[in-house]
Amino acid sequence: MDALGLNHYLLLSALLFGIGVIGVLIRRNAIMVLMCLELIFNAANINLVAVSRFRPDLAGQIFTIFTITVAAAEVVIGLGLVIAMFRNALTVNVDEIHLLKG
Amino acid sequence: MSPSLLLNLVVFLPALGALAIALLLGKERASEIRWAANIIVLVDFLASLLLLRGFDFGTAELQYVTRLSWIPSIGVEYFTGIDGISLTLILLTTLLGSIALLSSWTYITSRIKEYYIFLLLLQTGMLGVFISFDFFLFYIFWEVMLVPMYFLIGIWGGKNRLYAAIKFFLYTLAGSVLMLVAILALYFYNHSVTGEWTLNVLSYYQLSIPPDLQWWVFLGLFFAFAIKVPMWPFHTWLPDAHVQAPTAGSVILAGVLLKMGTYGFIRFSLPILPDASLQFAPFIAVLSIIAILYGALVALMQKDWKSLVAYSSVSHMGFITLGIFALNPLGLQGGLFQMLAHGVSTGGLFLIVGLAYERTHTREIAAYGGLGQVMPVFATLFAILALSSMGLPGLNGFIGEFLILIGSFEWNPVYTYWAVWGIVLAAAYLLWLYQRVMFGELKSDKLAALQDLNLREVMTLLPLALLAVWMGLYPQPLLRTLEPPVNAIIERVHPGYFAGTDVSPPALPSADAARVEQEDEEKSAVDALADAAGHARVRQ
Amino acid sequence: MLEYFWLIPLIPLVGVTINGLFASRFIRNENVTGIIASGCMLLAFLIGAGAFVQLAGLPVAERNVQIELYDWLDAGVAHMHDNEAGVTTARFRVSFGFQFDELSALMVLVVTGVGFLIHVYAIGYMKHDPPDPGYYRFFTYMNLFAAFMLILVLGSSYAMMFIGWEGVGLCSYLLIGYYYQKKSAGDAAKKAFVVNRIGDAGFLLGLFAIFFTFGTLDYDGVFAGAAHYSAGAGVLTFITMMLLVGAVGKSAQIPLFVWLPDAMEGPTPVSALIHAATMVTAGVYMIVRSNVLFSLAPTTMMVVAAIGALTALFAASIAMVQNDIKRVLAYSTVSQLGYMILACGVGAYAVGIFHLMTHAFFKALLFMAAGSVMHALHGELDMWKMGNLRKTMPITHKTFLVGTLAIVGVPGLAGFFSKDEILWNAWAGTHGSAWLWAVGTLVAGMTAFYMTRMLLLTFYGNSRMDEHTEQHVHESPPVMTYPLIVLAILSVIGGYVGIPANLQLGPLAALHERIDITRWLEPVTSGTRAQEAPGTGDEEHTAAVAAAPLQIVGAIGEPVTVVLQEERSEQAGHQDHTAMEWTLMLISTAVALAGIGLAYRVYAGGGVADEPFKRFAAPYRVLWNKYWVDEAYDAVFVNRIKDLGRGLWVLDDALVDGTVNGIANATLQAANASVEFDTRVIDGSVDGGAGVFWSGSRVLRALQSGYVQNYALIISVGVFVLVSAYLFF
Repeated sequence: MDALGLNHYLLLSALLFGIGVIGVLIRRNAIMVLMCLELIFNAANINLVAVSRFRPDLAGQIFTIFTITVAAAEVVIGLGLVIAMFRNALTVNVDEIHLLKG
Repeated sequence: MSPSLLLNLVVFLPALGALAIALLLGKERASEIRWAANIIVLVDFLASLLLLRGFDFGTAELQYVTRLSWIPSIGVEYFTGIDGISLTLILLTTLLGSIALLSSWTYITSRIKEYYIFLLLLQTGMLGVFISFDFFLFYIFWEVMLVPMYFLIGIWGGKNRLYAAIKFFLYTLAGSVLMLVAILALYFYNHSVTGEWTLNVLSYYQLSIPPDLQWWVFLGLFFAFAIKVPMWPFHTWLPDAHVQAPTAGSVILAGVLLKMGTYGFIRFSLPILPDASLQFAPFIAVLSIIAILYGALVALMQKDWKSLVAYSSVSHMGFITLGIFALNPLGLQGGLFQMLAHGVSTGGLFLIVGLAYERTHTREIAAYGGLGQVMPVFATLFAILALSSMGLPGLNGFIGEFLILIGSFEWNPVYTYWAVWGIVLAAAYLLWLYQRVMFGELKSDKLAALQDLNLREVMTLLPLALLAVWMGLYPQPLLRTLEPPVNAIIERVHPGYFAGTDVSPPALPSADAARVEQEDEEKSAVDALADAAGHARVRQ
Repeated sequence: MLEYFWLIPLIPLVGVTINGLFASRFIRNENVTGIIASGCMLLAFLIGAGAFVQLAGLPVAERNVQIELYDWLDAGVAHMHDNEAGVTTARFRVSFGFQFDELSALMVLVVTGVGFLIHVYAIGYMKHDPPDPGYYRFFTYMNLFAAFMLILVLGSSYAMMFIGWEGVGLCSYLLIGYYYQKKSAGDAAKKAFVVNRIGDAGFLLGLFAIFFTFGTLDYDGVFAGAAHYSAGAGVLTFITMMLLVGAVGKSAQIPLFVWLPDAMEGPTPVSALIHAATMVTAGVYMIVRSNVLFSLAPTTMMVVAAIGALTALFAASIAMVQNDIKRVLAYSTVSQLGYMILACGVGAYAVGIFHLMTHAFFKALLFMAAGSVMHALHGELDMWKMGNLRKTMPITHKTFLVGTLAIVGVPGLAGFFSKDEILWNAWAGTHGSAWLWAVGTLVAGMTAFYMTRMLLLTFYGNSRMDEHTEQHVHESPPVMTYPLIVLAILSVIGGYVGIPANLQLGPLAALHERIDITRWLEPVTSGTRAQEAPGTGDEEHTAAVAAAPLQIVGAIGEPVTVVLQEERSEQAGHQDHTAMEWTLMLISTAVALAGIGLAYRVYAGGGVADEPFKRFAAPYRVLWNKYWVDEAYDAVFVNRIKDLGRGLWVLDDALVDGTVNGIANATLQAANASVEFDTRVIDGSVDGGAGVFWSGSRVLRALQSGYVQNYALIISVGVFVLVSAYLFF
């Protein structure tokens, strides 16, 4: 067996994804939530790169570049929203904000 | 720059300026805004003077024509151009606009940015009305004009400003709606005859509409224009609007906005609906005479300086409608001349009231007295404008009223007999006003401490006073400008009027001619480009 | 000079410009201002005199020089009304043009000559201590007045005349209101202008009718066109009646005379210049200028004569009892203007101008002498507070005496000749009658009475001044007395330019051969020139103008060949006439002397103020109150018009605006009703439907906690469930 196979990568990716999802669901600080979102993104990226490596198809890697770019933009907007939220509510704790309550 | 571009520039420069001010200057930079706005209208005025240079004064055809397809599906075009009538009114508008802006320098102290933006937009709206020869475009400008005026009265007006602003807006809007109906009637009738969907005014000139349809269309247009003039008994928005409006608003209202109504009659009602015009003429003459006498009598008893001038406007506008519906060259020319003269003299009188109000914060005539002692320059300029308003020979009001009266005498001396009393009463109310305000003892120490006009204030009044004298002593340039279009309209209303004279009346401008002209221009522009290119190549 | 006659009205404008713009800021010297203003008048007079002499040197037929400065008003084509002149269409064209003929020339001399003297006098009269800040304003207005008056008499068309006509009215307004701090002055000024405007309105209508009858407003064209009409044509009667309304307003005749007595609120030089010598005679000038039209309208002529005679009588009767020295003179002016109008009415146009001229001399003199008295007495106007001034003011006294004798008609002085000519023509003129003559003679007696009364009360008898005033009485400075002396001389010799037929004996006949005003004016007043006018074609006229705008247009017509009908008959019955003329002359002189005698009897001893009041209470009260005309006008017209204005204003508010507001209110009510309907019915049914969903949604609402993480959890669980379902089923 070679040192590292596709499954290793997928496993790493699954772990990262799990950590990310759990972080998003349980962290109270909005910035931590955002960071966990990044983890989820990167889990997906690892998946894409790995699969692209083990199948002779470069599209996955190219797609990853796009995803990183989009993620950067997403962080900008996300942090902007957090700041706007902080200005209005003087907190970044997501469980203290429930403006969407019906 | 191509000539027609110049015309469009004159019209849209104030709006572009307003946009620039809105985007570039913060509202805390009041002084820059003032300077910028004043410079814009001044440049606009100078640009409008350039229109004179290439203007052919001997024809009734449209000049400086721009004709672009705009909404082809319903036949709407961007169709602009001017003849002598529009030219003179454009000059009046740009001049009064610059003066009105200059007069606001210290008068307006709050929301300066918005104020100047509205005034500039108003300029574009008014100028646009005078150059539009597509009914759709005309209607847009006609309505656009209302909005800034509404805000000018509603925000910077006097105590009762909201009432006045809403009254003004709704009243005029009600008229506009009827006008829209009339325009649609013409639109569909034109299609039924020519099979063409067009809102081109010039092509409506060619129609011969059956009398009963003319009658209805005339009625629709009549309400819109009569309210704008305002003719008796649609005049009651005027005193309210004038009294409540800030000075610049009053100046523009009296000087230009009221002329929209009479302009509409001359531009649309007469040439498109000649039979109905003839039919309605006696009726309008009677309304005009009522307006002349009624306005003058009510003005006589006013206690508020500004509403006195406002009612005098009703009386003077009565002269103008009388002249127009005399439907002969003298009356029509007199009416047009009086439109300009009234703009100058009544605009000036409103400035006068504004200057006094700015100093004392009252318009009550009884609160004044003896101002002549402390404000000699003011007294002189006031006297010239009051005299021009009452039609003293040698000043502009006389030329207009004289031609109107002689025109109406040609039609029916009885009308003239009644209208002449308006001149007598004009002397009475204006001189009485002048006496109460300027003569007598100084009423209070406050009045005794008043400052005479400063340079800026003189600059607002002096051009008007000089213009009043010039128009009175040498009206010929204006009359010559107005004559060809007037003759064309009279020939349309009274075919054969000029038979047996050495005048051959020009035809009304026709849509096709305008189109050909436009093509010529384009072609020549292309030629010129080609020439230039060839030239360049040769040089290489 | 003759080719430069158009400068005459422009020269005073130079004075206006200099004094109006620079005097109060830069010149700041009263004498300089006065000299500039008077100098302009003198220059205008000299040019006028030079042009006059040159004009006199021309053959009779060429004595009409015209010039067009520029096209003033050139508007559209007009259709003529039905007329006999055969004109159907005409272009409305008025040029800014002047004409210099016998009549204009004479008027120019009177206006500039008398005007110059009055300007000089005003230099002294208007000087006050402390200086009056309006001094410059005064002279500016005076020069402006002169300019307009000269435009009036020199204009070559009715439109030009109208410019001057309204212009002098304006200056009159400004000058009456000169002491504007006084309310009475402001009121008088306004009254003068508005009453004049009524006349002007009539003039305008006349102007229009002239245009639509003759197709032009130029004198030449109009008078030439009039030749097509026979006497009594309706349109000519209308035109002349309307012109008469204008003349009645300007020349203060019944019923529009009310403004002139009030106009005495102005400074005395103004009264002398405008309200005695020049402006008020504009009506007479206008009628004489339009004599061609008036002669063709016998009905109007009758009215003219009647108005003139009545006004003369009416005003003279009021003047007999007034105590204000300037008011007496004002009513006297109205009365004398009545004489002039009467002369026009009986067809003796030249005589009207003759009296206009002599009246300008002696009435200006009287006013200025009265002003000199006021000057000495600190503005006192009441004759009962004067008396015995002949000692302290010798020159004023002597000149006033000459003026009085002249106006009264003492033989040998100016007033005698002109008044006698009027009375003779009132008897024997084309439209004359014994009645008119009788009224005129009666007026002569009344004139003698009130003038003698004024002379006696002011200069003779005992002094009734208070001590303070009496101590300060002094003769006026030379700048004021010299003009008086010049005018006194003119008041003596002015009459010898029109010697009546019965006095043409010996040296007087020789003088008559050389100078005769009637003969001088004949080409104008007989209408002969007008009938020659068509001789020059219009083409020539316009061609000349086109070639050189400032070129003299040229003389008109051939030598006068037509001898007037009247003149011929006059020659035939010369003997009869002479006898009759002697008789009438003696009667009128006797009546005048009787008037003097009566006044002397009553007032020579110093008189008592209320004595006549005791004896003739009722008539005295009527005259003292001036027949209550002002009050009647106020009650019948002025206040009614004000009431009407007030009423219309209320109406405007209540009815016209009320309708608008009513519509607005109704709209609002309708809107309210719609709102009600909307909320109850339409909205109600919608709300009902919504209610169902509302209650249903309450259950689901609980799910929406608003916490992001709740949603995220739900999403995650959802994804997990869906993916599981996909994988395992």
